[in-house]
Amino acid sequence: MTLLTDTLKDSAISPKATTSMSSETSDPSRPLIRVSDFDFFYGEKQALFDINMEMLENEVTAFIGPSGCGKSTLLRCINRMNDLVDVARIGRGKIEVNDADIYDPRVDTIELRKRVGMVFQKSNPFPKSIYENVIYGLRIQGINKKSVLDEAVERCLKGAALWDEVKDRLDTSGLSLSGGQQQRLCIARALAVEPDILLMDEPCSALDPVATAKVEELIHSLKDQYTIVIVTHNMQQAARVSDKTAFFYLGKLIEMAKTDEIFMSPKNEQTEAYISGRFG
Amino acid sequence: MSTNAILSRERPSQGLGFHSKPSKAKTTEKFVFWVFRLGTYFILACASVIFLTIFFKGSQTVFQSEFPFINTEFLLEAPQTLHVFEHEGQSYEMSDTNFRIFEEEQGVDIKTSTYAYSGGGIWPCIVGTVLLVLGAMGIALTLGVLSAIFLSEYSKPGKTLNAIRLSILNLAGVPSIVFGIFGVGFFVLAAPQFAFSQDAAGSFTELGNTGFYFKFGWGVSLLAGCFTLAFMVLPVIISASEESLRAIPQGLREASLALGASKWTAIRTNVLPYAMPGILTSSIIGVARVAGETAPIMFTAAYAMRDQLPWEGLEKWSDFFFQGVMALPYHIYVVSAKIPQNEYTERMQYGTAFVFLVIVAGIALASILLRIRMRKKYRW
Ligand SMILES: Nc1ncnc2c1ncn2[C@@H]1O[C@H](COP(=O)(O)OP(=O)(O)OP(=O)(O)O)[C@@H](O)[C@H]1O
Ligand SMILES: [Mg+2]
Repeated sequence: MTLLTDTLKDSAISPKATTSMSSETSDPSRPLIRVSDFDFFYGEKQALFDINMEMLENEVTAFIGPSGCGKSTLLRCINRMNDLVDVARIGRGKIEVNDADIYDPRVDTIELRKRVGMVFQKSNPFPKSIYENVIYGLRIQGINKKSVLDEAVERCLKGAALWDEVKDRLDTSGLSLSGGQQQRLCIARALAVEPDILLMDEPCSALDPVATAKVEELIHSLKDQYTIVIVTHNMQQAARVSDKTAFFYLGKLIEMAKTDEIFMSPKNEQTEAYISGRFG
Repeated sequence: MSTNAILSRERPSQGLGFHSKPSKAKTTEKFVFWVFRLGTYFILACASVIFLTIFFKGSQTVFQSEFPFINTEFLLEAPQTLHVFEHEGQSYEMSDTNFRIFEEEQGVDIKTSTYAYSGGGIWPCIVGTVLLVLGAMGIALTLGVLSAIFLSEYSKPGKTLNAIRLSILNLAGVPSIVFGIFGVGFFVLAAPQFAFSQDAAGSFTELGNTGFYFKFGWGVSLLAGCFTLAFMVLPVIISASEESLRAIPQGLREASLALGASKWTAIRTNVLPYAMPGILTSSIIGVARVAGETAPIMFTAAYAMRDQLPWEGLEKWSDFFFQGVMALPYHIYVVSAKIPQNEYTERMQYGTAFVFLVIVAGIALASILLRIRMRKKYRW
């Protein structure tokens, strides 16, 4: 396996090659994200302790745990969003995506983030038209051909189950949409870049049950093409959408297993207490 | 001890004591309240006196009772000497050009009393002020926005950044005359001027045999004035820009970056466009200051009198930047402090001040309207 940097270099030259990252391997249960011995600090405060985990290709992994336990922190480490935080610092360990260390100095974070998309807890569409929102990731890559962009808008909005609702008003502002629609717009926007991995930080926390159901459906349908990591406070949601569930507590990974196992027969006492709602 | 003791305690006949005669605290309260109130009234009175005087006296110069009701000579002519004289039983007041025509028509020599700067108008001053404002704001916005982007988006917080912020803050407190002196030393006398041919001016020296000429100093010039004024407003622009940049939600930056934008792309596409209205509207405070300050331009750019307008009589395009100009605030200074005072100069003073105030108030009003519109448009 080549280093991520090399893969990324190739992909930069020919956009088609980007999909090869997932198609290269025939083994469906290959770990696409591997976190090993990972310690993470905000200044002097340690936020993550010795995390070891693997997320498999084309699986949905859910992160659960009480507030402040470091779920978002770990998620943001996977696409190096924490680079933006001045005091953030890695103590030990590494994170590999497709077997390449993403904190290697040679890694181009721009290419990394194209491969590892992110949907934020608070939906944050750009104050631009719906159309421009979706194709933002393509525009900044210098893609300006109308036919390509039109095709991408339709494909991604369909992919995010939003097409039917907005197809007649693509040039209205993304901010004019409802909260649930905005969140799906953000998902569509992330899909346009054709990432391999989709990180979702509590994508439904601001949504009503109907919109939540839509997003969950969406996650189901995206599973075939994407590897998804989702942070959620909603146990039912974790149970419904995920294949694996990881329980975090106070910056430590307490337990990670198949979702059924975690919810039916958790091995750890804390996990059980949390799932059954006895603390948190 | 007992309930009896409490009940038998002396009570005022009415209420719980709040009807009794004013307590000391209450008197103090009343006194303090009046101090505040009087302070406010005093300021209000001063402001009213200033504005009403200028508007009342100034409008007599600017407006007239006959059509077109506005004194176009005052707005559109250059300052001239005023001739006051009597001719065939009638008294006249005429600017120099009109007087000469009149004299020729009549074909006689007329004895007049002359008053410098009291005839004609202030057109060159309006033009000069507009040019100075445009140039200075152009320079200040470019430099200010660049450094604000660096400070708020790129630099890491720490001692250096604090030191830079502190010095910018201090710069805002420097008196404008100091900027004027700085402008003389830095731009008028020291800044280099380049030319590519000898015909530029005799004062240029050739650099070796390169065909490349230069000399020190921009002279008293539009360019020196613009730069001096720009440096004076830079602190305002930088703080305004930083504030506007900070007001853009972090979510927009993160969203762009997460979609594979470089930091600069994110700033260019999703931060600057939304911060720009705020930067521009807050910078208009700076416009009022640039338009109004006299000290920075009196040694660097302003001429007391110049017959030609800035675009007249240019030998080559670069001369435009290296010429002195007239300006409204400096003109007010000249007509009220540098020449003998009389009723005729007073008209000029108030007329100029009136026009000047209207221009500055207009700019301020425009900024308020712009801000209201922008607020409505960009809300997230
Ligand atoms: N930018 C930051 N600077 C300093 N400390 C931070 C920062 N972001 C998070 N933390 C700290 O790191 C710890 C983990 O935060 P994190 O946001 O990862 O929690 P979380 O599990 O996502 O919680 P929630 O469910 O409430 O979103 C918290 O104690 C938090 O205070
Ligand atoms: Mg979180």
